[in-house]
Amino acid sequence: MIEVKNLYKEFDGIQVLKGVSATFEKGKTNMIIGQSGSGKTVFLKCLLGLHTPEKGIISFDGRNYADLKTKQHRQLRQEMGMVFQGGALYDSLTVEENIMFPLKMFADKTFDEMLDRVNTVLKRVNLENVNAKFPAELSGGMQKRVSIARAIVMNPKYLFCDEPNSGLDPITATVIDNLIQEITKEYQMITVINSHDMNSVMEIGEKIIFLKDGVKAWEGSNKEIFKTENQAIVDFVYSSNLFKKVRQVYLNESK
Amino acid sequence: MNYIEHIGKYFIMLKQVFKKPQKWSVFKEMLFREIEDLGLKSLGIIVFISFFVGGVVAIQTALNVDNPFIPKYTIGFATKRSMILEFAPTFMSIILAGKVGSYISSSIGTMRVTEQIDALEVMGINSLNYLVLPKIIAALFFYPLLILLAMFLGIFGGYYAGILTGLFYSEDYIYGIQLDFNPYFIRYALIKTLIFAFVIATIPAYHGYYVKGGSLEVGRASTQAVVWTSVVIILLNYFLTQMLLG
Repeated sequence: MIEVKNLYKEFDGIQVLKGVSATFEKGKTNMIIGQSGSGKTVFLKCLLGLHTPEKGIISFDGRNYADLKTKQHRQLRQEMGMVFQGGALYDSLTVEENIMFPLKMFADKTFDEMLDRVNTVLKRVNLENVNAKFPAELSGGMQKRVSIARAIVMNPKYLFCDEPNSGLDPITATVIDNLIQEITKEYQMITVINSHDMNSVMEIGEKIIFLKDGVKAWEGSNKEIFKTENQAIVDFVYSSNLFKKVRQVYLNESK
Repeated sequence: MNYIEHIGKYFIMLKQVFKKPQKWSVFKEMLFREIEDLGLKSLGIIVFISFFVGGVVAIQTALNVDNPFIPKYTIGFATKRSMILEFAPTFMSIILAGKVGSYISSSIGTMRVTEQIDALEVMGINSLNYLVLPKIIAALFFYPLLILLAMFLGIFGGYYAGILTGLFYSEDYIYGIQLDFNPYFIRYALIKTLIFAFVIATIPAYHGYYVKGGSLEVGRASTQAVVWTSVVIILLNYFLTQMLLG
């Protein structure tokens, strides 16, 4: 379990996170949602150790991040997989080299064993015959899949995704969402997804944390989001007419 | 941010750079890639510029030495000295600061703004060590070779200019380049080159690594990197000349 207690983070005197607490469980797709500038990316980067919070505790299965030494930090990070918003694939490396990279750095395997693992994860994300291609030769959806493949190649305990379906068409976005959820169940990982895509939230948000102005304003699941009376989340989720109507239909049906 | 803060941050960066590579096989792979990118790909421009600079130095010396009491072999002697002492180590380093410095700064800067450096850090990789150390080693290894080549081609360029223009005889020029040869000058040039190579690899890396923003900022960082690398090379050149030849 990932436990976050009372997290504070500021930049140049501006308080971005104001005492956020949350827990993320194994085998669940946990989502952090909120408007742009609500602090969700900063929150995710604090979890990843890319930002150091001023106050608060982040613990990974009982290991307090702040208490770990540099070597232990690096070891913990090897248990993490990350899918970045833009994919963050290495331009100069082919798809195969991109995915093989963490294995080359940390696994004591022969080239054939590594290649075998690369092909397994590529197959898992439904990509084949792309080994020799460079990231620039792939579509946005394919780049995201390669990014997911790279994130899971080391069998991570924790998977973090920053807006994994931004810039994708609705069909590809749903495919990516479902893929992340399937992988989370299959590998029994703790997955934390940062998103403001309401389709994703409704589709795979088993646990949702809503951040507003750096504060946790609501917590629940995609089922509970329909019934909630919390004005902040209602204003955010049901800002479009389509979602307002969907909510109305759901509430009418459940009466 | 003031200059002192930048200098402090630069040395803190170097502390991270000079750590033991996490995997030697990956480091070796990166090193060969950098030797190709920073060294071999600079070969063309160094060959071209040094040859013509040598030619110009010889022609200008020939045109200015019109006093019959000054022997013609002075042209060869002056060209050799100019190429070995200044043009090859300093002038070529400034050229490399422009070519290689902008490449290092923009490639690392682009990796920063596209979160590729974050991806390395999340994997538990010391990104500075992984990205910058191979560049430093490649530059330290290859640039002295480039500068030696530049010295040779510059002197040869002078010789060829004499043949083409007829301003001086080849025999005089060859006598001039053989006259009063001091091996210490080569050592002096190579010491300078090693220090400049370190500067060329690290200052642009610093500007690229700490860039914030988007493509515009990467472009700005690249320009700043070239300017600061050139300024530091010129300043160091002054102090090193005073220390080593003074």
